[in-house]
Amino acid sequence: MIDTYLIPLLKILFVLNATLVGVTYMVLLERKVIAWVQVRLGPMRVGPYGILQPIADAVKLILKEDITPARADKWVFTAAPIIVMVPALITFAVIPFGPVVHLFGREVPLYITDINVGLLYIVSVASIGVYGIILGGWASNSKFPLLASLRASAQLISYEVAVTMTLVSLIMTAGTLSMVGIVNAQYTSRLWFIFVQPVAFVLFFIGGLAETNRAPFDMAEAEQELTGGFHTEYSGMRFALFFLAEYANMIVVSSVATTLFLGGWLAPFPNVAALSFLGYVPSWIWFLLKTFVFLYVFLWVRATLPRYRYDQLMRLGWKVLIPTAIANVVVTGIVKVLLL
Amino acid sequence: MEASTYRPAFDTEELVINMGPQHPSTHGVLRVVLKLDGERVVDSDVIIGYLHRGIEKLSENRNWTQIILLTDRMDYVAAATNNVGYCETVEKLMQLEVPRRARYIRTALCELQRIASHCLWLGTHAMDIGAMTVFLYAFRERELILDLFEEYCGARLTYNSMRIGGLPLDIPVGWDGKVLEFCNIMMQKVDEYEELLTNNRIWLERTKGIGVISAEGAVAIGLSGPPLRGSGVPKDVRKDEPYAAYSEMKFEVPIGTSGDTYDRYLVRLEEFRQSVKIIRQAIEGIPEGPIVGKVPRLIKPPAGETYHAIESPKGELGYFIVSDGKSTNPYRFRVRPPSFCNLQALPQLIRGHMVADVVALIGSIDVVLGEVDR
Repeated sequence: MIDTYLIPLLKILFVLNATLVGVTYMVLLERKVIAWVQVRLGPMRVGPYGILQPIADAVKLILKEDITPARADKWVFTAAPIIVMVPALITFAVIPFGPVVHLFGREVPLYITDINVGLLYIVSVASIGVYGIILGGWASNSKFPLLASLRASAQLISYEVAVTMTLVSLIMTAGTLSMVGIVNAQYTSRLWFIFVQPVAFVLFFIGGLAETNRAPFDMAEAEQELTGGFHTEYSGMRFALFFLAEYANMIVVSSVATTLFLGGWLAPFPNVAALSFLGYVPSWIWFLLKTFVFLYVFLWVRATLPRYRYDQLMRLGWKVLIPTAIANVVVTGIVKVLLL
Repeated sequence: MEASTYRPAFDTEELVINMGPQHPSTHGVLRVVLKLDGERVVDSDVIIGYLHRGIEKLSENRNWTQIILLTDRMDYVAAATNNVGYCETVEKLMQLEVPRRARYIRTALCELQRIASHCLWLGTHAMDIGAMTVFLYAFRERELILDLFEEYCGARLTYNSMRIGGLPLDIPVGWDGKVLEFCNIMMQKVDEYEELLTNNRIWLERTKGIGVISAEGAVAIGLSGPPLRGSGVPKDVRKDEPYAAYSEMKFEVPIGTSGDTYDRYLVRLEEFRQSVKIIRQAIEGIPEGPIVGKVPRLIKPPAGETYHAIESPKGELGYFIVSDGKSTNPYRFRVRPPSFCNLQALPQLIRGHMVADVVALIGSIDVVLGEVDR
């Protein structure tokens, strides 16, 4: 009874809350990091060094008037933020934060579930989120959001294919679709997959930036061109959901990249006897540390690079990333058949 | 038209969108009505006038000295050059001799102003293309210039820093040292901007080949300033008809080759360096002497008309003034604003480009709506 219902329920509650808090603090982190890059201070007023800023922001957004434009498609307009937010949260179900640990005399795995098609589940669920953006832009019945959702759909098609092809080569290396299985495969091979599949890693990272609508591929919400893009007509908590979903997706992409390429909860060079002292650091700390590095790079990129134009983004997707990804699959296949 | 009666199976309609007057990237209250095919601009209509304050008409009811402060409000990010242009026009009309010291300080102020204006341009232009950090870096340096201006004349934006026949104030003690120090800082910072943008792949893709205008086309439409020089026409009022102390300064006029957004960007970045060079010469060479020439107590230019132009950061800023010789105010006061003339090229530049390029091109020709509408 406890093992089947209570522990998973507690874990879901914990992960859900941790994610939501993490997401709000991600917003603060972004503001702080970009401020430091730009020789500013960032939020400083609410709490010491602005650490209570996310709470103030949340209170403000909840109290704001929630406007539905008169000519908007009300149902779709209401559903869109939910369609964006829910997939971003349920992806966390299969992300392993650590191995099975002993807690209060029980064996508790540090993940909600481990399904045998974990990676496939993530890819498919993550792509639902873009529908929310497309529908939100369309349902607003306004021209700038409409352009933004056109951009989002173009981006979706160009990047889903490339990212998925990249993952195929990784699956071939790992020999499994289960997220836990992929980490274990890296344990057995004593190498993080970033060293085995460097090309796939680069492609996945670029694709991840595009998937999460982050700079330099943030043209669906380019505030300078489209005055906010798909969420121009949204206000209050519904706007906040779009906002939070974007950051939640960043965390998802970072944790997936950590799991697939940086050995998830494993210490550097796992299973090597000489480095076994690294094993004293708890597994989830390794995981969080690596995820944080990814998130930091996301912010760093945003502070540094200009924005691509959306035809250039599509050209990059179709003419560079997809061919490279396919070539990577072929090379991986050949190497696997001939050498291993 | 006959063709419009034919409806193909997959019909596409043009989308008309209104960019501005409240839009984050139209640099004020510019309104551009875009006719789009997908995201490609088929046609556009530039609508101005939202910031019209009637400065030309107002000037006809002010005395000659009061007009200086109205000129501040035209190109409000480059008030000092506006002041210089106006004062020199009146001086030309009255045939006044300006002391050499005043001319040197004017030159230094003008070039500081050019750097400040270009900083604002670089920041907003890069921000429009998505590079947000450059914006704050450029504003950091602009702030130093504003501090220098504040020390000189007390104001940070609308300086009112010139008088007919000279200057209202001499430079404060130690000010020249601070300006030279700023010159050193600025030279390093220009390299920093270049590091962030000039060879950045995305920046190159976003600016190269965007909004190309040929040298003939640029001349035909009346471009001036960096947009004209970006197309490869080496025309600069500072060189061609030197005013203030420019005839005694050594500097080069950078020109581009292809006339695209990237070349206009390179031209302005090089102008940063040339301006620093001029400031150094002007500050180091400030001669002793009075700061105001022999000016009659009541300024009343003789009857006649004159046109005088200077090189403002945006281009050729000209004043055409008619005096009837009887009253203490101009009979007619007319400005040739560079932003207004350069803005005419916008529809031609953006045709066939994407929405994202529209904001890049508005930034690239560097308009200030206060000057366009006056």
